Amino acid sequence: MKRLSLIVLSGIAVVALAACSHNPPPVTTPQQPNADSVAAAERARQDSIDRAAAEARAREEAERQRQQRIADSLAAMGKTGEAVRTMLATLIHFDYDKANIRPEDASILDQKVAILQANPNLRIRISGHCDERGSDEYNLALGNRRATAAKQYLVSHGIEAQRIETVSYGEERPLAQGHDEAAWAQNRRDEFEIIGGGDALKQP
Amino acid sequence: MQTGSRRDGWTVRGAHLAALLLTVYPSTRLFAQDTSAVDRGVRIGIIYRPGVRPGLVVLPGAAAALDSVRAIIARDLDLSDRFELITLPGGDSIRMSAAPPSAGTSRAPTGGRGGAAAGLNYQLYQALGADFAVGLALAGDTTVLAVHDVAAGSVRREFRSRLPPLKDPGFRMAVHRLADHILEATLGVGGIAATRILFVLDGKAYVIDEDGADKQLVSSSDHQAMSPAWAPDGRRFSYMEFWAGHGQLFVQPVGPGKRQPVATTGQALDFTPAFSPDGKTLAFSRATEEGTDIYAVNIKDNCCLQRLTVGRFSDNLSPTYSPEGQRIAFVSTRPGLPQIYVMAADGTDQQLFAPFDYGVTGSSNAPDWSPDGQSVAFHRDVGGTLQVFVLDVRTRAVRQLTSLGRNEDPTWAPDSRHLAFVSDRSGYRQLWIIDLETGRIRPLLQQSGARLPAWSPRLPETASSTP
Repeated sequence: MKRLSLIVLSGIAVVALAACSHNPPPVTTPQQPNADSVAAAERARQDSIDRAAAEARAREEAERQRQQRIADSLAAMGKTGEAVRTMLATLIHFDYDKANIRPEDASILDQKVAILQANPNLRIRISGHCDERGSDEYNLALGNRRATAAKQYLVSHGIEAQRIETVSYGEERPLAQGHDEAAWAQNRRDEFEIIGGGDALKQP
Repeated sequence: MQTGSRRDGWTVRGAHLAALLLTVYPSTRLFAQDTSAVDRGVRIGIIYRPGVRPGLVVLPGAAAALDSVRAIIARDLDLSDRFELITLPGGDSIRMSAAPPSAGTSRAPTGGRGGAAAGLNYQLYQALGADFAVGLALAGDTTVLAVHDVAAGSVRREFRSRLPPLKDPGFRMAVHRLADHILEATLGVGGIAATRILFVLDGKAYVIDEDGADKQLVSSSDHQAMSPAWAPDGRRFSYMEFWAGHGQLFVQPVGPGKRQPVATTGQALDFTPAFSPDGKTLAFSRATEEGTDIYAVNIKDNCCLQRLTVGRFSDNLSPTYSPEGQRIAFVSTRPGLPQIYVMAADGTDQQLFAPFDYGVTGSSNAPDWSPDGQSVAFHRDVGGTLQVFVLDVRTRAVRQLTSLGRNEDPTWAPDSRHLAFVSDRSGYRQLWIIDLETGRIRPLLQQSGARLPAWSPRLPETASSTP
């Protein structure tokens, strides 16, 4: 459609161009119609060349735009997947020796509920982690409580329980290596990992 | 029975009664650091004074081939914390009259004040403070170990063994066994020289000799390992590995042989394995969405998974069997914070074990029941850091053992008087050993990050080979 209108437009332009460059009709020397007709023929030839070139340019432009549109939409799709993935992987954090969901982290879990609802084949694993201060082995039980707390939140908001696995790594896989409250606060967390159905994620 | 007060270290109160009563008096645990004990009425028993121990001298010998044997034995005896080791100033000046017993001259232990006595200047060693003297000699390819009773002026026991060559992986353990023989011959107690300690470092399980030698990697995969535990026969051990989404328990033989995954159901997180004393059952913690609870599985027939605790709103973990196998001490969060509980091995009769003040006492974790059954060691949060405590099983009195730095995950030696534990007292976390009776503390290895130690039982002969 757009292509057609471009051709029509360029046709009009050519006609207008031809009209403008047209000399006023000869008044005196009718013996020399040939000169006129030669010029006219020459002009017509030139016009058709210009027209063809314009058409080619228009076609090129249209093709370029089409390619760009495909690329743009692919990029947009990728961005959606990436954005969803990032949203899904957002960590939640816990207080020391606690496994209850902080009020400010509930909205992070709400996002995950929406993503899981928009992608019914998506399956995830939640891993609970602890800081290094507690007992090594007790922290496995604590991390398990943290993972379970997040799962219970998701399930209670409508996600099927079998789509979510839980595991605990205790203090065995710290994110921050420091030995201060800043590092500990980062390490007391739940991680969310896609274990199935994560190929073409839809935005909720 | 040795009741005479031959040395200050062994005094007897009410000596005329002691011989009679010692046999029936319950052997209470005596602690070097215990200053709270108050004499109530008459107390009869052997009073052990820390720091005053029987003197022992390891005699220098002519056979240079035995130098390393002598050095290892002397160190083992020192690490037993049961002797005052007497070092001879410039061994040569003393050696003169010390004709080490050889195949030709030594007598059987029953010989009493026999010919061996003639070769040793007992008066000299007695003057130096020695109660016992240990001589080493070679008779062909046989190593002859003679344990002299200096006061009696005779050879008390003689051991002959064909030691593996120095380069043999079993050499050190064979020498450690000789050192343990000396403890039996002199004091009538079992030693701990022929033992090893499992531990975790950088996600891998390792084993190391009790004297800090021969560190070896034993976990056999790239998966992160945790919580190694010995089987009571010292021939196998168990540990946990993190697998995709769950924790897998394995039982692995010491020495050659393939490890076996412990048959479990589903994709649960299983951890903290503990063998029953008969070696047939493995108790462990299992974390599910219900929480963490203690289970037991028959590893002899790989069957009969049994759930021992039903936590619901609390976690139950870290089981440890009493030596007779009737009870299990464990950690439970039922009072809010984790504390030490006890139950029958079938899961019945669950009750609080280590008393605590509600709202005051910190978290208590990682119990380990002593091989003599009298104590349970554990660690407890004190003011934001962890300290090792010992629970007296009979009186249920709890005593703090450590105070310097952070100290955690205690594990008993088979003599029930030494504990290995993790401490950062030197600036980084590593393994240390404390003797509860003398209070002596030594590092086991100089390596940052070593943790979760498990002390072996006395190791059988065949387990000495390289794992």
